[in-house]
Amino acid sequence: MDVFLQQVLNGLTLGGIYGLVALGLTLVYGILHVPNFAHGGFYMIGAFVALHAMVAWSWGYWSAMVMAAVTVAVLGIVSERLVFHPLRKASPLHPKIASIGLLLFLEAGAQAVWGADFQRLPTPYTSVIEMGGLTAPAQRLLIIAAAFALMVALHLFLTRTTTGSTIIAMAQNREGASLVGIDANRVAMMTFAISGALAAVAATLYAPINLVYPAMGQLVITKAFVIIILGGMGSIPGAVLGGLIIGFAESFGAYYISTDYKDIIAFVLLVIILSLRPQGLFAKRGH
Amino acid sequence: MSGLFDSKLAWGALLLLAIAFPWIAGNDYFLTVMSTAYIFAIATLGLNLITGYTGQLNLAHAGFMAVGAYTVGILTVDHGWTFWASLLMSGVVCVALGYVIGIISLRLKGHYFSIFTLCVGYIMFLVIEKWEGLTRGTVGIMGIPEPEAIGALTFDTPLSLYYFVLCFLVLLVWVKRRIVKSLLGRTFIAIRNSDELAEALGINLMRNKVLAFMLSVFYAGIAGGLYAGFVRFIGPDMAAVHHTFDMMIFAMVGGMGTVLGPLLGAIGMPWITQYLQFLQEFRFIVFGPILVALVIFMPYGVVGSFMAWRTRRATKEGKAHAAD
Repeated sequence: MDVFLQQVLNGLTLGGIYGLVALGLTLVYGILHVPNFAHGGFYMIGAFVALHAMVAWSWGYWSAMVMAAVTVAVLGIVSERLVFHPLRKASPLHPKIASIGLLLFLEAGAQAVWGADFQRLPTPYTSVIEMGGLTAPAQRLLIIAAAFALMVALHLFLTRTTTGSTIIAMAQNREGASLVGIDANRVAMMTFAISGALAAVAATLYAPINLVYPAMGQLVITKAFVIIILGGMGSIPGAVLGGLIIGFAESFGAYYISTDYKDIIAFVLLVIILSLRPQGLFAKRGH
Repeated sequence: MSGLFDSKLAWGALLLLAIAFPWIAGNDYFLTVMSTAYIFAIATLGLNLITGYTGQLNLAHAGFMAVGAYTVGILTVDHGWTFWASLLMSGVVCVALGYVIGIISLRLKGHYFSIFTLCVGYIMFLVIEKWEGLTRGTVGIMGIPEPEAIGALTFDTPLSLYYFVLCFLVLLVWVKRRIVKSLLGRTFIAIRNSDELAEALGINLMRNKVLAFMLSVFYAGIAGGLYAGFVRFIGPDMAAVHHTFDMMIFAMVGGMGTVLGPLLGAIGMPWITQYLQFLQEFRFIVFGPILVALVIFMPYGVVGSFMAWRTRRATKEGKAHAAD
């Protein structure tokens, strides 16, 4: 039973991180209809900026996280302007290839600046908390709390504020949104900024229990794609739910099946699900 | 799309240049670089069949190439097959795998195919790395035999191996040109341009997409098999998705949707990295922005843009004549 609860905790941790990354990806997909492969690069840059702030400038954990979020948000805006905006009328293949070009650039750039070595992000939360016979590293609890708090905050922002509603409106109907006077450029830039900030925060939360290296975003982004296919491309609740499904599948799979193959579990799940339901698990009909 | 770039004269000149290359190069190192470039050119030709002609971005292409290489490695080293028989099998295995994956993934609309193949690429990489009983894991397979001699023809020097690889390249370029110029090739282009329109014209989308995919990964499998026989050592890194990105850049620079473009791209680009040694590790700092710029400013690549320009000029002249 103890082991079971431990896996639940691991599942929630992974699910929280994957959910945050998938949320950013799904927001951008909803607006631009582009699978942004560079999102993995945003995630990785976020981890490196936080690492740099903490190690080279000896900033605190939280200010480093804010720094990472702001930096990657700006990076997202710049990418939207320079790469995706000029391609908004191109065939679907071209922005996809461009996003891969951007990812390759970010990875090589990070390697040139910070090196190819595996590094670890220091965290002030190293203690282990005990609750009724269950032990949990503080950082894991922090990840769960922060990730789900951020998801709720994003939900409130999108549903309760006018600015948030413009994003939803544009995701639902681009032409309709511009007819009622929504500035498509502004919304696209804002979406990229939010998506980048979410990725950076997720990376900063996860880095202390994982490693930081230039290719670190690739596996995470691929899993995030699996999640948004499971949850329906562009669906926000789908991204959260999909994140949890993959998180739990992975933590239980690693324990009950094999640690060696835990990274394959998400992909095999996708292959099976898409074989049975080509439109994704929760996707709406049509579109 | 005919004209200078696609004439028999141009292809003949290229072939002569390739045959004369060993005398131009003058040393074995350049021969080896060029042979490797030819092998990747074969794989790139395949990638272009599915991506450039049918419009489906396959991100598992390097994975298929690795599957081809491991087929040769495992059959020759562990099962004592001849190189030639296992090379044939590397094509067969990839086509069979391509059929299964194609049936599942090509039903998917739009971007799902790319994402699906990205996942397939990871599965291939992780399986090759973790299934030590079959693939020897991270150690890789060493001591793959060189291709057996055919009569008096032996393949044990860089020069003979260069011509060996060149023969396959020429053959596969010829086959691809035949495919592209046939009804099948036009069907692929019709699907790329608008699958709804193609379907309305009575084209069986699924059948043709799967066929294009199988042909495409056949090229990857053969390229992988050749690579195993040429380098004689293979490791799981071959399946890394970065190699697919490399091939995509080769195809993009030359021009997707032409036969010559990806060929020139794949042959030319390794030389750029050869000469810009300092770029080796960081090549994507330069290639990444080049790729983005190409997509924005020259979506049909160098050869494709030139061909489009010629077509435009020809139409203008045609109109001018008509006005007379």
